[in-house]
Amino acid sequence: MKSEIRNAGNRWRADRTAQKSHWLSVSNFRLCCTVGFFYWLAALVVIGLTAFLTSGIGSFETPYRIIWRLWLSPFHPSWAEGIDETVRYIVINVRLARICLALTVGGALALAGAVYQGVLLNPLADPFTLGVSTGAAFGASLYILFGWGGGHLLGMSTLPIAAFVGALAALYLVYLLGRVDGRIHTTTLVLAGIIVSTFLSAWIGVLKSLNEDSVSTIVFWVMGSLSGKSWGHVLLVLPYLAAGGTMIIYYARELDLLTLGDVQAQQLGVNVQQIRFRLMLAASLVTAVAVAVSGVIGFVGLVVPHLVRLALGPHHRRLLPAVFLVGALLLLLSDTLARSFLPNGQELPVGVVTAILGGPFFCYLMLHRKKYLQL
Amino acid sequence: MIRVEDLWCGYPGRSVLKGISFQVERGEFIGLLGPNGSGKTTLLLTLSGVIPFQSGQVEVMQQPILQLRHKDRARRMAVVGQESTVRFPFECEEVVRMGRYPHQNRWQLGNAIDAKIVKKAMHLTDTEALSDRLITAISGGERQRVSMAKALAQETPILLLDEATSAMDIHRKLQVFRVLNTLNRDEGLTVISVLHDINLAALFCRRLLLLKEGLILADDQTEKVMTSETLKRVYDAEVLVHEVAETGKRQVVFLP
Repeated sequence: MKSEIRNAGNRWRADRTAQKSHWLSVSNFRLCCTVGFFYWLAALVVIGLTAFLTSGIGSFETPYRIIWRLWLSPFHPSWAEGIDETVRYIVINVRLARICLALTVGGALALAGAVYQGVLLNPLADPFTLGVSTGAAFGASLYILFGWGGGHLLGMSTLPIAAFVGALAALYLVYLLGRVDGRIHTTTLVLAGIIVSTFLSAWIGVLKSLNEDSVSTIVFWVMGSLSGKSWGHVLLVLPYLAAGGTMIIYYARELDLLTLGDVQAQQLGVNVQQIRFRLMLAASLVTAVAVAVSGVIGFVGLVVPHLVRLALGPHHRRLLPAVFLVGALLLLLSDTLARSFLPNGQELPVGVVTAILGGPFFCYLMLHRKKYLQL
Repeated sequence: MIRVEDLWCGYPGRSVLKGISFQVERGEFIGLLGPNGSGKTTLLLTLSGVIPFQSGQVEVMQQPILQLRHKDRARRMAVVGQESTVRFPFECEEVVRMGRYPHQNRWQLGNAIDAKIVKKAMHLTDTEALSDRLITAISGGERQRVSMAKALAQETPILLLDEATSAMDIHRKLQVFRVLNTLNRDEGLTVISVLHDINLAALFCRRLLLLKEGLILADDQTEKVMTSETLKRVYDAEVLVHEVAETGKRQVVFLP
């Protein structure tokens, strides 16, 4: 029996070739996939349904019967006949675009949060607490101030790249500030993040006063908003999100191993330096593109990974897609609240809503999970 | 299996290992002993490629360690570290399964062979009962057994242990070392173990390497190294060495 488990000297080569031909043949695995498939399907249905229900909310009354017909009109052109063009515009180009943007931005922020938490082994990490979001907002507003905001490269807007550069610069600064004696502590890192974030927020204010017209309002950058966004913004986000998200999912297994700590991960054969660097880049890219279109929306990236981890456990292959979907759903609901809570069509910044929902959760983490946080 | 030549290693401005050389053949069972700060852990971390060295050469199975690809290295050498705190609540079985990482390709979620190896590794370390428990919710000794299972699941010809049984009770310690002994004898597993317990080392290790202040003070068969003069030189303490008639092994008594 023992000779079976260990003939290691030469066996691994033979093992590897044997494994390759074997990998789909386990019925257990297939069963897991089938069960998993229904969960994913259910999650998508829930998101679709929520999107449908929230699209009927707003100062402009639209019956669900009409929304339904308009949504399906690309497949059934005749269903859209007889519906007023204004209604069509509001349902498709205003509300549906905004819903899709809320879904992508929320998913992106939650995904980035899960990666930061896993890579830094820091349960308080998220794009906002690390200062990455504000860095991205600063990069983007500086870029707009110089008048390059409409720039395109190969058909893609270059604004997210400016945000990305800002995000990386902020992350690097936070990393330098948060290190004590060569080690990164959970709380000092977050403290550094808050300081950098506050400092850069102030500079965004300065940039805004330099050019009142081009740079969006300070409230937009600091508190975030999805107001007035169109399909163009959704298209702007998608390629960058796809690139960053693919990289993150690609390294899902390595994320599991990284949670054992650097030394153990290295000894298990993970190229720790390289993979951590790539994951941080990918998470920052995903954050930057979300911030470029929606400003700084806090707490989504902090709360969602914790909630999903409670339900599904820490396995990143399962966690990451689920985190994306739950983050998407959460931001959609928050944004709906933000645009419908006040009377007379006034809007709250969506970051206000997420902060009101997420702040108490952050306090809960600080108060009740001190041991877990190892403060 | 392992060749270390004139190895200097440490941190900027301070060398912990000051030019040590030794060779390890296949199937040896080596104890690495020495006082605190003598460089035992540094040596293991260097051997496993975690920290770079300042000068010298380290070869594992005829290849320089720094030229090996990460997964290649992890297929040759498994390490059980001192203390592992895992912050994420993985089930113990999942942690053991991570030992299969260097053998897996990216899109594979694990197959029958992996499952079998993981099961056997858990059987050998008697951790089957822990398989569904969370790694964050078990005791230090139990965590060390899970770490050991993870290293065995790695199926490497070389196993490096750094105080890998320090939190276990004596029954578990002996159990683990008996398993290692069997694997070493029957399948030629090469074991290098950092130990503080000299008597445990005397029971299982056939060769002892004594380190002090970054230098090798003694490197020979256990019987030859286990003398009161040598141990006194290493530990700066009065030592009695007795042969235990029943086991035929030497044991050490420190004088108060």
